[in-house]
Amino acid sequence: MTTTPRWRALTHHHLFWPVAVLVVLLLVNVPFTPDFFSIRMTNGHLHGSLVSIVLFGSPLILVAVGMTLVIATGGIDLSVGAVVAITGALTCSYISDQSDQSALSGVFLAMGIGLLAAVICGLWNGFLVARMGIQPIIATLIIMVAGRGVAQLITDGQIITVNSEPFKMIGGGYWLTLPFSIFVVAVVVAVTVMLTRRTALGLLVESVGGNAEASRLVGIRSRRIKIMVYVFCAVCAGIAGLMISSNTSAADGNNAGLWIELDAILAVVIGGTSLLGGRFSIGGTVVGALVIQTLTTTIYTIGVPTQTNLVFKAAVVIVVCLLQSPKFRAKVFRGKFGTKPGAKGGTGQPAAAPADTAPAPEAAPKMEVS
Amino acid sequence: MSTTTKTPTAPESRTPAPSRAATLLGDRRLPVLVTAGLFLAMYVAGLSRYQNYGFGEPQVFMNLFIDNGYLLVAAVGVTFVILSGGIDLSVGSVIGFTTMFTAWLVERQGLPILVVIPMALAVGAFGGFLMGYVIHNFEIQPFIVTLAGLFLFRGLCLVISKESISIGDPSVSSMAGAQVNLGAGFLSIGAIVALVVLAGAFYVLHYTRFGRRVYAVGGNEQSALLMGLPQGGTKIAVYTISGFCSALAGLLFTLYIQSGDPLHATGMELDAIAAVVIGGTLLTGGSGYVIGTLFGVLVLGLIKSIIQFEGTLSSWWTKIATGVLLCAFILIQRAMTTRKKA
Repeated sequence: MTTTPRWRALTHHHLFWPVAVLVVLLLVNVPFTPDFFSIRMTNGHLHGSLVSIVLFGSPLILVAVGMTLVIATGGIDLSVGAVVAITGALTCSYISDQSDQSALSGVFLAMGIGLLAAVICGLWNGFLVARMGIQPIIATLIIMVAGRGVAQLITDGQIITVNSEPFKMIGGGYWLTLPFSIFVVAVVVAVTVMLTRRTALGLLVESVGGNAEASRLVGIRSRRIKIMVYVFCAVCAGIAGLMISSNTSAADGNNAGLWIELDAILAVVIGGTSLLGGRFSIGGTVVGALVIQTLTTTIYTIGVPTQTNLVFKAAVVIVVCLLQSPKFRAKVFRGKFGTKPGAKGGTGQPAAAPADTAPAPEAAPKMEVS
Repeated sequence: MSTTTKTPTAPESRTPAPSRAATLLGDRRLPVLVTAGLFLAMYVAGLSRYQNYGFGEPQVFMNLFIDNGYLLVAAVGVTFVILSGGIDLSVGSVIGFTTMFTAWLVERQGLPILVVIPMALAVGAFGGFLMGYVIHNFEIQPFIVTLAGLFLFRGLCLVISKESISIGDPSVSSMAGAQVNLGAGFLSIGAIVALVVLAGAFYVLHYTRFGRRVYAVGGNEQSALLMGLPQGGTKIAVYTISGFCSALAGLLFTLYIQSGDPLHATGMELDAIAAVVIGGTLLTGGSGYVIGTLFGVLVLGLIKSIIQFEGTLSSWWTKIATGVLLCAFILIQRAMTTRKKA
């Protein structure tokens, strides 16, 4: 009897399902590549499947973290892929114009210009959504459509390659034996968690997502919060754009960050954040992004032909979404175990309720919304 | 000014003398008129600028339909979905999949094209039905479900073949090459089919019960439910129509370029959605006209041909121009809806 409430509390924790999916995906690899979890040291760098999952997944994590906050306010940002392309294009074209491409000042200035463009995109999205009151999905569609054109305009339709050591550092460099991009991601995630969970900011974001008008009446500047969130998302996408273009040392206006907005939204959904807004989980999003990257890696390692990658992804999306849908769970699981919840509810709940008061209120609303 | 007097709206009772601008802004047909006006203005501008290069020939106008027939069909399907308050991101993938599926069956399996056409349409419609079913029965957001559809169909393209398959079947080539003479110029079969689909959609949306239901569900789902409209059936039907239209668009696209490629029509869902929005349909659903979609597609097509005539502009200007137009129309829509509320 004592294990049941604890197990229940565990399964009802909002990170349980995403983490379970991640663990299962990781374990699937073991029979195919026995040394999947081993991490080797070569040339002073750590190598291994786990490291590369985090390394290749880092742009996605960044974009997804930004997207989480936007979705928490009840919005969505489709323009991140275009912002990735614009940032990469601007930065690379500035660096490639320099006589000394490795000069630190030039690289920082270039990155600053790229991120400034990202901020402008974010401000524009925020302005349309918060000031003009346009549906987020449409407002961000504008930059999604036009942004790639702008990125191609900047690169003149070419793929700009750069040869700059300091710039290479962000996406492909190593620091303290680990890929440098992992540190960038860690800093961004840590700052985001600090700002949203240690200050009232996260609460404000959630309240705006829950009911923007009510929060405005309560005295929250919901417009300002919304604009801020879109700017933050665009900056995250900008950093991801720097990372992607630095990793390949090239800017491709057409293909950089293609479909990343869809992957990011997927990561957020897998992480348990409701698309309806009002609630978010940064941890869940990070796990969700890792799930997507692990899925890609898994498809390569277990020898499924790479062209079925997308079909696999579609299957996972559908399964995850169905599992998260309360209606689906109700239909499928109640049909099979019709007696179980009723029987347990009678005996187990009164005893369990005082035992785990802490996780219960956290878990309860999650079930309703997600 | 017949358009302003026809509207049976009731602001007269509240504000005794509404200014002409206010009535005009309140007219639901305004976005369509603006788009039509824009199309005319662009066409006239093109005429005056490229007169010596043959822009004025009727065939240039006909080519708008020939070159954008598939987009028109896809956009008509999307119009249904958007009117019902949903969104369909899978359009481009279904088009790509249909080109691949058709090319594979015709070239590799040797099936006659007349057998393949119904099969391709059935697959597209069934895909749309499945998405509608999941959206309605499990209450998952259309955005996510059709996103999964996007991945699924694009993945299936690659499963069929990674390489593009060109179609050399004589019956396909003769269909693709067939021209219908209209005196001043000719239209391809694809363009005719697109116009028929448009007419059919116009009839369904404005003269059948189903069409009214689509508007009702998109306008206010809750009220539609309380009125006892079969909301689930309508939603599923709308996505089925969109899937069907996408598959048909895919067939037209196959005729147009006579090959199947796993990367065909990538991102065409954006073009289709943009055409619908430029055509004046509200993305929140419940308001818009399928004729507007026609003008939206024509405007996008005209941008492309103007860029071709200009010669010095690069292809990415199409994207930028589309984005700017999209922005302008969204702002017009916004101005309209705020007026209505006030």
